[in-house]
Amino acid sequence: MKHARIACFGAIHEATEVNGGIKLADGRFVNEKEVVWLPPVEAGTIFALGLNYADHASEISFKAPDEPLVFLKGPNTLLGHNGETRRPRNVEMMHYECELAVVIGKKARNVKCEEAYQFVSGYTVANDYAIRDYLENYYRPNLAVKNRDTLTPIGPWFVEKEEIDDPMNLKLYTYVNGELKQEGSTKDMVFDIPFLIEYLSSFMTLNENDIILTGTPKGTVNVVEGDEVVVGIEGIGELRNTIVGDSVFAR
Amino acid sequence: MLFRAKARFSSTIGLEDIFVGHSHIEWKGEKLTEDAFDWQSPVSGTVYGSLLNFQEQKDAFSSEFSKAPYNNPPERPILYIKPRNTINAHLREVAIPNGVEAVEINATLGVVIGKTVTNVRDENALEYVEGYTIVNDVSVPHESFYRPAIKQKARDGFCPIGPWIVPKENLPNPDGLMIWTFKNEELIQVTSVKDLVRSIPKLIQDVTEYMTLAKGDLLLIGVPHNPPVATVGDTIRIEIDQIGSLENRFVLENVRIAGGEKV
Repeated sequence: MKHARIACFGAIHEATEVNGGIKLADGRFVNEKEVVWLPPVEAGTIFALGLNYADHASEISFKAPDEPLVFLKGPNTLLGHNGETRRPRNVEMMHYECELAVVIGKKARNVKCEEAYQFVSGYTVANDYAIRDYLENYYRPNLAVKNRDTLTPIGPWFVEKEEIDDPMNLKLYTYVNGELKQEGSTKDMVFDIPFLIEYLSSFMTLNENDIILTGTPKGTVNVVEGDEVVVGIEGIGELRNTIVGDSVFAR
Repeated sequence: MLFRAKARFSSTIGLEDIFVGHSHIEWKGEKLTEDAFDWQSPVSGTVYGSLLNFQEQKDAFSSEFSKAPYNNPPERPILYIKPRNTINAHLREVAIPNGVEAVEINATLGVVIGKTVTNVRDENALEYVEGYTIVNDVSVPHESFYRPAIKQKARDGFCPIGPWIVPKENLPNPDGLMIWTFKNEELIQVTSVKDLVRSIPKLIQDVTEYMTLAKGDLLLIGVPHNPPVATVGDTIRIEIDQIGSLENRFVLENVRIAGGEKV
């Protein structure tokens, strides 16, 4: 089953996908163009992976790490499907990152790879934008690059894990203004989902609705104000986002 | 000599008004000692820590700035997140992980955000502050600041906060506060909020230039140079003038967890 959180009729609703349409928990069907999509999961801790696809690591002049490169994100970064992301003026390199987002289903500590999927509730799609102009070599990728407001669109759907046969063999792709710019497969992750759950839970507790953004393959290019960016993952969904400039924020 | 503060207990929902006296706490008209309460962290939002914001720490590290992998001194505030599994409270135990000899005690002041704030000027920044609390940013010692220190800073229980939030009205001059760290009641470190690279208003300005701080979030002002360490059996008490004392005992991690459940 696919689940969403959407705002319409003056309230926030839980919804599911029924025959390609959106059905609210109260029985009403709504048109996807008439609703506001919220992040599909009320996120706890948000983990993100850097350099977790060997081809992307070499693209930005790094070798893939020996240990996962993990960083954390705050809730200020999240927004739903069809949202707007701010590109500050005078920056030169803002790129999208299409990523499989893994949602934790229950408390996990010292979990081994073999049982890791028992602790997953499902998946969604995330776009983990980075503004590389702000890179500094302290706790890199530093929060000024990754933790700006609106930098992490997520959704549209939370897809229960039972719907996905093999999360480690899904096509990922990004379209900018309708043109295919990024293509990859989750099978090329350096550290796969079970490994990441074993790794993180070996030193800290993962809780329900924590989210792991598992990294992006190569093909990240600069995007500018007005661009429409669609990141998609086979079987999970397509997440649309528009880049807006500072004037929208009166800055 | 009572002052008002806000605290959270395991038996309550939300923050409770308390009155803090020398030897007792007044809550709902009753006078109780500190250990009569089951303290919880008074903070519910995201906890952001600041690196290299004590001048002494920055000076000590400055010879590294021009070397690889840093190459340049930091420009913007360097932040990190203490995630929700780290949140701990007054008079609760902190577990030292198996295989770790000693942990760093990073005594610091936490600034509690009272109103959501984006892109504010320093002269207006304190309008968005609700108050102050005490934080012990416990960390596994690490030499390098190059990569995010998740494994060092995000362990369970590694962020005691509290005991309470003191409203900003009680502390009109937070820059004058001193932070005192005691190990087993022996004074082992003293730092001063005066020593900040970015003062509290300047820090809020430079952080909110690039990200929103939401109501309820906590911004830690910095970590000290040469933090002391704690080992199993130590009791650490951090005292900040006009706020109070945050006390925690350090114990051995002794959990065997299978399938996500403690046994």
